[in-house]
Amino acid sequence: MDAARDMGLLRFTTAGSVDDGKSTLIGRLLYDCKAIFEDQLSALERASLLKGGSGIDLSLLTDGLRAEREQGITIDVAYRYFATPRRKFIIADTPGHVQYTRNMVTGASTANLALLLVDARSGISEQTRRHAFLSSLLGIKSMVLCVNKMDLVDWSRKRFEEVCGEFRAFASRLATASITFIPVSALYGDNVATRSANMPWYEGPSLLYHLENTYVGGDLDMVNARFPVQTVIRPHDDGAFHDFRGYAGQIAGGVFRPGDEVVILPGGKKTRIGAIFCGDKTVTEAFPPLSVVMTLTDDVDVSRGDLLAKPHNQPTEGQDLDAILCWFSDKRPLRAGDRVILRHTTREVQAVVKSLRYKVDVNTLHKTEAVPELALNDIGRVQLRTAKPIHYDAYERNRQTGSVILVDPFDNSTLACGMLSVKQPASAQE
Amino acid sequence: MPDYHLSQLDLLEAEAIYVLREGAAQFQRPVLLFSGGKDSIVLTHLACKAFWPEKPPFPLLHVDTGHNFPETLEYRDEMVQRLGLRLFVASVEESIRTGRVREETGANASRNRLQSVTLLDALAKWGFDAAFGGARRDEEKARAKERFFSHRDEFGQWDPKNQRPELWNLYSGRMAPGEHFRIFPLSNWTELDIWSYIKREEIALPSLYFAHERDTVVRGGVILGLCQSVQPRPGEVVTRRTVRFRTMGDAPITGAVQSTAATIDAILAETAAARTTERGGRADDLRSDTSMEDRKKEGYF
Repeated sequence: MDAARDMGLLRFTTAGSVDDGKSTLIGRLLYDCKAIFEDQLSALERASLLKGGSGIDLSLLTDGLRAEREQGITIDVAYRYFATPRRKFIIADTPGHVQYTRNMVTGASTANLALLLVDARSGISEQTRRHAFLSSLLGIKSMVLCVNKMDLVDWSRKRFEEVCGEFRAFASRLATASITFIPVSALYGDNVATRSANMPWYEGPSLLYHLENTYVGGDLDMVNARFPVQTVIRPHDDGAFHDFRGYAGQIAGGVFRPGDEVVILPGGKKTRIGAIFCGDKTVTEAFPPLSVVMTLTDDVDVSRGDLLAKPHNQPTEGQDLDAILCWFSDKRPLRAGDRVILRHTTREVQAVVKSLRYKVDVNTLHKTEAVPELALNDIGRVQLRTAKPIHYDAYERNRQTGSVILVDPFDNSTLACGMLSVKQPASAQE
Repeated sequence: MPDYHLSQLDLLEAEAIYVLREGAAQFQRPVLLFSGGKDSIVLTHLACKAFWPEKPPFPLLHVDTGHNFPETLEYRDEMVQRLGLRLFVASVEESIRTGRVREETGANASRNRLQSVTLLDALAKWGFDAAFGGARRDEEKARAKERFFSHRDEFGQWDPKNQRPELWNLYSGRMAPGEHFRIFPLSNWTELDIWSYIKREEIALPSLYFAHERDTVVRGGVILGLCQSVQPRPGEVVTRRTVRFRTMGDAPITGAVQSTAATIDAILAETAAARTTERGGRADDLRSDTSMEDRKKEGYF
């Protein structure tokens, strides 16, 4: 019964401006999947009329804030939801201009797939390259390049292949596992929800079919067992749970089973898992991204911010971190010597910026060394020193234990996000 | 290779529980906003699951407009008793009586906006520094821009243009004294997810959600169920209809839908086939295209 199987959830990101036809494409997907409702449609008609346009402007569906509508731009990440009988989809729709790099990075941080859009007439734009680079930087393994407005190039196979070739040349420098190319006309719906009759030379799937069926399970780390503790559950009641002590958290990697030997970090004490609970039910195994409560067979000291792993496969322990940062703040730049609060899994620790190694141009991927600072939307590689050791993995290996955010200790704003790398592989391997 | 596949409800549940635990761990005095609607009922259910066998380490807060359906209040009291939770009630009537707010007048007057003041007063009075809410991003376009951890300044205001970026599952609840957070664990759920989850978890709901016969009037194109706070006005025709409610707000502004769906399965079928959004019957949202954004900036849920 594989055809009827619930494929779960696919989160994908889009970026770009109205000119690429992004809003038309999303609108078309939502419309063809019956995810636009009648009252939304009539509200859109009212708003489109007020703006003086003819016809319905589908971008008004995602541009929800007053300022966005007034200025005709998307400021923030907008989340859209639709579902087919096979899968539920969450779209993180972000503006594509360079001043919104931080929004693109935010949308990409939780996405399984990046949907890139180009105009068949003009080919790969700076914006497409930027979105592709940021998606690969944030570890998105699947990309779909929709070559849009095929109706305006006479459904030309030659033009489609030229654009694909142009993108392949660029993408060969990115760490993306799979790229799917689809020729579409968002305006007329060709290859969006159904295969196009205008492009018989194209033998691949429609966009929707691809989104429904693409495999994304590989995004989760099923190998390296990691369990960051969120909170300790101690009921202290007079009844059956008087002595209950459980550790609550979301599995960040690998598989845990009752009876497994685990190591508690920091400290390195070893013990075994007693039981694993999902709500009030016990389970025989727990894997990402389940939220569970574990009991341990020994009376050991475990608190929020600690990490459980397996003794033979432990994360890297260290205070000197090598990270790629995306700087979010327009109030202050990042400079060597700056003090920040670093949030990693369920813990916070003070950190200082030791050095700034280089800055990456998001359009050309060119690296500039010896830069004095990172400003808003800049991406660069830095060395951080934390006040206490943290236990982490390389971001490519585990998105949860390999990611951090930096918080301003004075105004509490989120200054940056960071992807960690590990210079020497962890000493013990699975 | 074993099959480590999770359904979308499993994934949404895992995410919501993670967010509830983060909120409980990062704040001194969190509270769960309980309206008696299905989303806050699901949220309460998830809170019980997240901390089992402990009770949720935070109380519930109900902002009572004085215009609730009696069924909502009966359900609330029964649920709190059954689950052994602690309930705080903040009263809009009290805010009106003490002059903190002035009641709207006119044809479509509602206490909807007044709730924001009562809520902010209640948070300050009892010292709550974070409030869990059942709002979902699919409900409304301003809510589509919400964060899981949503910062409110010392006036309780939301600044949508200056929100903190939220990456991966790293939620930062750091703030200055006097500020607070709203936390939305159900951000990624849709109406259909809520109903599917209610069915899967066998969660009891107030009777108003299921089709029943009721005296109704049509006001401003919206079907309103008669009760103490909704009385027919001169010229309005009272009609007995078979209706149910898709959302639960104040009685004077919550539109009923004509429906014969009397079971969860029938409601699921109806929701899957629905061609209007659930808030389409909410007179408060129909006021203007950005009325939700405007209310949220003032401190609304």
